[in-house]
Amino acid sequence: MIELKGLHKSYITGNNKLHVLKGFDLTIEQGELVSIMGSSGSGKSTLLNILGILDSYDEGYYKLNNTLMSNLTEKKAAHYRNNMLGFVFQSFNLISFKNAVENVALPLYYQGVNRKKRNKIALEYLDRMGLKNWAEHMPNELSGGQKQRVAIARAMISKPKVILADEPTGALDSTTSIEVMNLFREINKTGITMIIVTHEQDISEETDRIIYLKDGIIESEYSPKQLINV
Amino acid sequence: MFDIDKWQEIFSTIKKNRLRTFLTGFSVAWGIFMLIILLGSGKGLENGIHSNFDNDAANSIWIYPGQTSKSYNGIQPGKYVRFTNADYERLKKDHIAIQRISSRYDIRGNDIISYKNEYGSFGVNTIHPDMEFIENSFPIEGRFINNIDIKKLRKVAVIGDLVRDALCKNGESPIGNYIKISGVPFKVVGIYSENSNNDGERRRIYIPISTAQMVFTGANSVNNIALTVKDMTAKQSSQFEETLKSTFASSHNFDKDDDRAIFIQNNQENLKEFQNAFQGIRLFIWVIGIGTIIAGIVGVSNIMLIVVKERTKEIGVRKAIGATPWSIVGSIIQESILITSFAGYIGLVLGVFLMEIIAKNIPADSMMFKNPEIDIKVAISATILLIISGTFAGYIPARRAAKIKPVEALRDE
Repeated sequence: MIELKGLHKSYITGNNKLHVLKGFDLTIEQGELVSIMGSSGSGKSTLLNILGILDSYDEGYYKLNNTLMSNLTEKKAAHYRNNMLGFVFQSFNLISFKNAVENVALPLYYQGVNRKKRNKIALEYLDRMGLKNWAEHMPNELSGGQKQRVAIARAMISKPKVILADEPTGALDSTTSIEVMNLFREINKTGITMIIVTHEQDISEETDRIIYLKDGIIESEYSPKQLINV
Repeated sequence: MFDIDKWQEIFSTIKKNRLRTFLTGFSVAWGIFMLIILLGSGKGLENGIHSNFDNDAANSIWIYPGQTSKSYNGIQPGKYVRFTNADYERLKKDHIAIQRISSRYDIRGNDIISYKNEYGSFGVNTIHPDMEFIENSFPIEGRFINNIDIKKLRKVAVIGDLVRDALCKNGESPIGNYIKISGVPFKVVGIYSENSNNDGERRRIYIPISTAQMVFTGANSVNNIALTVKDMTAKQSSQFEETLKSTFASSHNFDKDDDRAIFIQNNQENLKEFQNAFQGIRLFIWVIGIGTIIAGIVGVSNIMLIVVKERTKEIGVRKAIGATPWSIVGSIIQESILITSFAGYIGLVLGVFLMEIIAKNIPADSMMFKNPEIDIKVAISATILLIISGTFAGYIPARRAAKIKPVEALRDE
C-alpha cells in the first residue's frame, strides 16, 4: 500500500542545510493502524507531509498503491489528495465560515458532486459521528471533540485509502481522546489504513504498530500486542 | 459555465468580510462614477458649444465687405469695399468648390411687419434660394424661396415659425395670405423653422433679393455673401479662404494681404478647430477617468492580496483536501470580477442617474451646456473595462494563492 525506500529530505534555512529524513525505508500494508512517535525534530511531521503529498522529498521513492509519488503536477497531486488520502489535523482546520455539514462536504465539492448530493452524503457521515443534530452549526459553536469528529467525517467522506492524522488528540481532553481513538479503530476496521503521528504513549498503544523515529531514521518499531505478550 | 457552487463559495467569503468588500467596491464605484460624470459633462459641454454652430451649415463661409487699410495701385487706404450682384455671379461661375451660394441685402428701417390687424417687429433678409441650406432654415409648411421667384421678381415671403406664432393669434395658417413689409404686400409661401438655441433665427422673414432690390432700393447692392463648400479639410478650407480673398482683391482693386478690406467668417475652420479641441478634451477625460479607475483597481488588487494572505491557512486546508490550483485561482479572480463589476455597475448607474438629473435641469436655451448624455457604446466599453480590470486586479493575488505550498500554508497562523 505505502512503500518508502531510501527517503531523504533536507530543508535549507539561510546558509544551513537541515537533513531531516536520512534514508528512510518503510512499508505499510492496506488496513494497518500505525502510529509514528518521536521527539521534536525527529522527522515525524515531515514524514506525514510527504505521505500526504503535501511536501516533496529529495531522494529515494514513495509509492502509494504502487504509484510513484514523484514529480507530480499540482493538479495530479490534488487529485491523489482528494481521492486517496484523508487528513485529520491537531487544530482541526475547519473552515470558519462554513457550517459542519458544508465542511464535511468540501472534498466532494472538489470532485464536482452537486451541492444537494454532497450535503446528503455529508449528513450521513455526521450521523455516523453522532453529530447529525449539529450539522447546521458553525465551528465556533462546537466543542473540541465535536470539531475533531467533523474533521474525521471530512477525512472519510471521499472514501480514501489512507487517513493521515497529525496529533489528532493533541487539543483534546483524555476522555475525548479515547472517543476519537475508538472512532479511528472503527474506521480502520472498514479497511482504511490509518497513520497517526502522536507523542502520547497511551494513544500510540491503541494502534497495531508503533514506529519510533529519532534523528530522521527509524530507531525502532513494534506492536503493542507483542509488548503485552512479552 | 455558471457554477452555482463556486458562486456560493465566493458569496460566503464576501459575507465574511462585508466592510472590507464594501470599501473595496467603493473605490471602483467611485472611479466609474467619476468617469461617467466627466464623460457626460464633456459631452454636455461639447453639445452646448456645438449647438452654436447649428444656426448655420457647418461648412458655411460668410464674406462681409470692409474698409481698406493699405494703399494699393495708387489708391489710398480707407476705401469702402462694396459688394454687388456681380460678385455673387462671379463667385458662382468661377469656383467649382462652392456648393451653395446666396447674397444678402438687409433692408433698413423696414422691420415693422403687419398681417391683417396684427403688427410685429421682425428682421427681413433678402436672399437667394440657397440660403435655405446655408442658414439651415428648412420649411415646415409650404416652400422656400426658389429661382423662379428670383427671376420673376415675385413678391413672396417665407416666414419663421415664431413670426407666424406672433402674427397668427387664432392658429390659422398664413400661407397664401399677405403680409406687409414697409407697406408693400408679400404673399406668404412658406414657414420655416431652425434647430437653434437662438430664437432670433426663427423670427426672420426671407424675401427674394431681386424683388427687394427692385422694390426697396433700385440698386444692385449686396451686404454680404454666404456660401457653403464641398467636403474639405480644415487646411483646404483655409486655402480656399485665401483664394476668395484674392478673387475679391482683384475685382475690387485692393491688396490681397489687407486684412480690413473684407472679412471672412469660415465656420468649417472654426468647427474643425473646435472639434480638434474637443478631441483633446475627450482624450484628457478618458485619461483622467481611466486613471481614477486604475487607482480603484490597484485598491482591489491590494485588498485581494491581503485577502489571500489572511486566507493562507484556509487555502492550505483546501489544497490538502483536493483543491486544484486552478480552482483557487478561479475563485479569487471571480471574486475580484464580482466586486469590481458589481461596484462598478453601481457607479455607472449612479453616474448616469446624476447626468439625467443634470440634463433635466439645464435651461433649454443654454449656449454652453446641453444634453450631457452617456453614449451606450461608452457604457458598454466601461462594463468591458470593469470586467478586464477585475480580472487584472484578481490575477496577481490569485497567482500568489495558487503558488502557496499546502505544507507551508498549514503552518501559517
